[in-house]
Amino acid sequence: MKSSVIIFPGSNCDRDMDVALKKFGFKNKMVWHNDNVIPKSDLVVLPGGFSYGDYLRCGSIAAKSNIINSVIEFANKGGLVIGICNGFQILIETGLVTGALLRNKYLKFICKNIFVKANKTQNKYFNKIKKDILELHIAHNDGNYFCSKDDLKSMQDNDQIAVRYCDSNGEISEKSNPNGSIQNIAGVFNKKKNILGMMPHPERVIDNCLSSNDGSHFFKNLLTNMK
Amino acid sequence: MIEVNEKIAVDHGLKKEEYKKICELLKRNPNLTELGIFSAMWNEHCSYKSSKKHLKKLNTKGKKVIQGPGENAGVIDIGDDDAIVFKIESHNHPSFIEPYQGAATGVGGILRDVFTMGARPIANLNSIHFGSPSNKKTKSLLRGVVQGIGGYGNCIGVPTIAGQTCFDESYNGNILVNAMTLGLVKKDKIFYSKAAGLNKPVIYVGSKTGRDGIHGASMASAKFDDKIEEKKPTVQVGDPFTEKLLLEACLELMRDDSIIAIQDMGAAGLTSSSVEMASKGKLGIELHLDKVPCREENMSPYEIMLSESQERMLIVLENGKEKKAKEIFDKWNLDFSVIGKTTNSKNIELYFDKNKVANIPIDLLSEEAPEYDRKWKKSKLPQKIKFTKKDFKNLKITDVLKKILASPNVCSKEWIWEQYDHTVMGDTIQKPGGDAGVVRVHGSGKAVAATVDSSASYCYAHPLSGGKQIVCETWRNLICVGADPIAITNCLNFGNPEKAENMGEFVECVEGLNEASKYLNFPVVSGNVSFYNETKDKGIKPTPTIGGVGLIKNYKDMITMNLKEIGNIILVVGKTEGHLDQSIFAKEILNEKKGPPPEINLFNEKNNGETILRLIKDKLLRSVHDVSLGGIITGIAKMCIKGKKGLNFYKFKGVIDKFEYFFSEDQGRYIIEVEKEHLEKVKKLLENNSNHYDLIGEVIEDNISINDEPTLSVDKLSEFNKDWLIKYMIN
Repeated sequence: MKSSVIIFPGSNCDRDMDVALKKFGFKNKMVWHNDNVIPKSDLVVLPGGFSYGDYLRCGSIAAKSNIINSVIEFANKGGLVIGICNGFQILIETGLVTGALLRNKYLKFICKNIFVKANKTQNKYFNKIKKDILELHIAHNDGNYFCSKDDLKSMQDNDQIAVRYCDSNGEISEKSNPNGSIQNIAGVFNKKKNILGMMPHPERVIDNCLSSNDGSHFFKNLLTNMK
Repeated sequence: MIEVNEKIAVDHGLKKEEYKKICELLKRNPNLTELGIFSAMWNEHCSYKSSKKHLKKLNTKGKKVIQGPGENAGVIDIGDDDAIVFKIESHNHPSFIEPYQGAATGVGGILRDVFTMGARPIANLNSIHFGSPSNKKTKSLLRGVVQGIGGYGNCIGVPTIAGQTCFDESYNGNILVNAMTLGLVKKDKIFYSKAAGLNKPVIYVGSKTGRDGIHGASMASAKFDDKIEEKKPTVQVGDPFTEKLLLEACLELMRDDSIIAIQDMGAAGLTSSSVEMASKGKLGIELHLDKVPCREENMSPYEIMLSESQERMLIVLENGKEKKAKEIFDKWNLDFSVIGKTTNSKNIELYFDKNKVANIPIDLLSEEAPEYDRKWKKSKLPQKIKFTKKDFKNLKITDVLKKILASPNVCSKEWIWEQYDHTVMGDTIQKPGGDAGVVRVHGSGKAVAATVDSSASYCYAHPLSGGKQIVCETWRNLICVGADPIAITNCLNFGNPEKAENMGEFVECVEGLNEASKYLNFPVVSGNVSFYNETKDKGIKPTPTIGGVGLIKNYKDMITMNLKEIGNIILVVGKTEGHLDQSIFAKEILNEKKGPPPEINLFNEKNNGETILRLIKDKLLRSVHDVSLGGIITGIAKMCIKGKKGLNFYKFKGVIDKFEYFFSEDQGRYIIEVEKEHLEKVKKLLENNSNHYDLIGEVIEDNISINDEPTLSVDKLSEFNKDWLIKYMIN
């Protein structure tokens, strides 16, 4: 499977994503933000970081970058697109997924392991995943997911909530919500579920010597589902 | 232009006699731009005029040292053609005036020092010292500094893997912010700051120059008074986004051999970077200041030379490489301008609109800079306090432990390090909160461990012992994660060198740290001195901060302090003599602040450390932690909290009092966890190597149980340990 990771000025998880994709068998290419076309890909990833310094609003300038039109085109044709952390913020700014990411509830950057419960129904990302409670890692200042009641209802009706913060037993509660996100939402799909935006970083937890190894489940499962 | 006189020189921080010397050396009066340059180069921060004499004695050589002090950062060999570039630097004064920007640009500055040498930064650390928690400024300073460190490091994408936070009233009016960075480079791709060759283009890259930070280096060499708020405009403003671009652009340019010399514009900006490059190459340099990209209008040569705007570099390029280099900086949207060339004049010659605005022989700014042999006073070893059973009469070990775990200097700093991205780059295998941070050397089987430590109370009580102690503690912390200690960097934070007492503290701390560094073969490869840390004539406690770096050959051998398994046996290696003076217990519980710090026995230190390392490599230990603040019991409590396990103490049968046994801060000790089946082997090894040890207990579930004392729940202890800082910051 071929993947492309977009590098914006200020991206800083691009290498980590490249390492993770290659580790699990993707043929990955790095794509510069000023390019106009994405190379032929089965998966496009918008990595974490501080694209364009996150000036104006997180992800807003990247959403107007040269390459982004071709990402939108790829996504609209049903191509798989993942946005992690700043990538999720960019997806929101492009309108490819619904909602907004506000400052964290306690106005602090948070870097720690968290648990999420994955939505396994009808999507290439989590369907058939071996573990549905995953220990992943967050590192963000603006991950407090918010959307209108109507949008929330329509996303729930359409099963678009991708991952929700929970505790190690899968319990979803205020206590297991690290940043104040509405309904503990950590990530969402678009309507067709080919686009996934999420705050947690699977690429940082792909080895037993790292803070968790559950990111491996995510990548392996995705690759299997894509084949 | 204003005519320069003695008063203006004094306003620039120069002494009258220094100004006289400048006039004599130049054989004329300097103009204002030249005076600005002299004041920047001759101040304490850039010239090391009070410290040089003593720093020369430092142990800076070793088999693994590739580059010692004198460059942008030190470099050590970690095998397989890999090298680690590292350094620590202070940003104390700016951080007190404007905590967010002061701390942020402190991180930015040290990152630049490291990538200037061609290394990709792989880890950040920091040591921060604040006033008493009850001081009304402490909370907002702490919040600002933490956000500043995070704001910069998180954005640039370098993990902050370890650090240290201390509180003491001596920092009430003068906090300390020391930032350290490690970078990874191939041995044959290291870049230096020594210019070479004539008529080579001198290139300015990075951000534009503004009026921020003018005279920052002079501020760093001034003491604080009531008017300190007026200094706010001299604090630099950082932009980590531009730094990230500068990092990537520089590393891209460094892939081939276009660069002859490169130097970041740190303290004293364009002045010190150009002078240092030329001075090292024994060359002259000619700069056309009207070619410097400026972000404000009508900047004068004086302002351009002294601005400390951030995220800028000066490069001496090979002829003919300008076009290719410019393309790279254009790609990253950074300014690029050829502003001058190297010359054979041995002078720094500055032009503005074709007029010569300054002309100074480089030697006068570097080699001829003043060097002082300051008066200093020797400290006496304080008399030992005689504690008696009566002093402990109404105390319970468990109550004291709870208090110590919740005390500001021992409590968990999770609230702080959770705000730092410590996992970006995907190689962090030991996060903050352990004895040292550990990152894998990307794409290899190796890992690098790093720690940063200080112990100002020990240094204040007796500088010579304190200086030794802190190097040993750094060494110990590296051993505790299974790393071979290699080298250190030091950040020497002291009071006013013009006062014999403060100067004495400096001289003796340096002597102490040098003695330990030699004995342990743990050389100093880089560092920085910060004097004049005083407010209204009151100096801080002497605070040498030591950053240590070690290597783990196989990262799978890394070890942590978390207790691992029920049934395992806990031993303390190293002799417990019961030294309570200067301990947390004496200061916080018995309210006794006098007495000498614990003694350092370098033979035992080395012997115990080497044995522990061998036991780790032989895979005989499950967890390791050194005994430091709060003594054995505090160390064990932390291991319990981290491992979510308890400990059943064997019946206490020491010759000293149990309070002395549990809370004393004797040095050179480690707590180790051993599986029962390995116990005999471990004991034998310890005996063969003449390492004293005590068997003290067995790992159990959930509780700490000490003889006849009430049982303590580890969960509860964990709360005590974590809650203090959270509550302090929220309320």
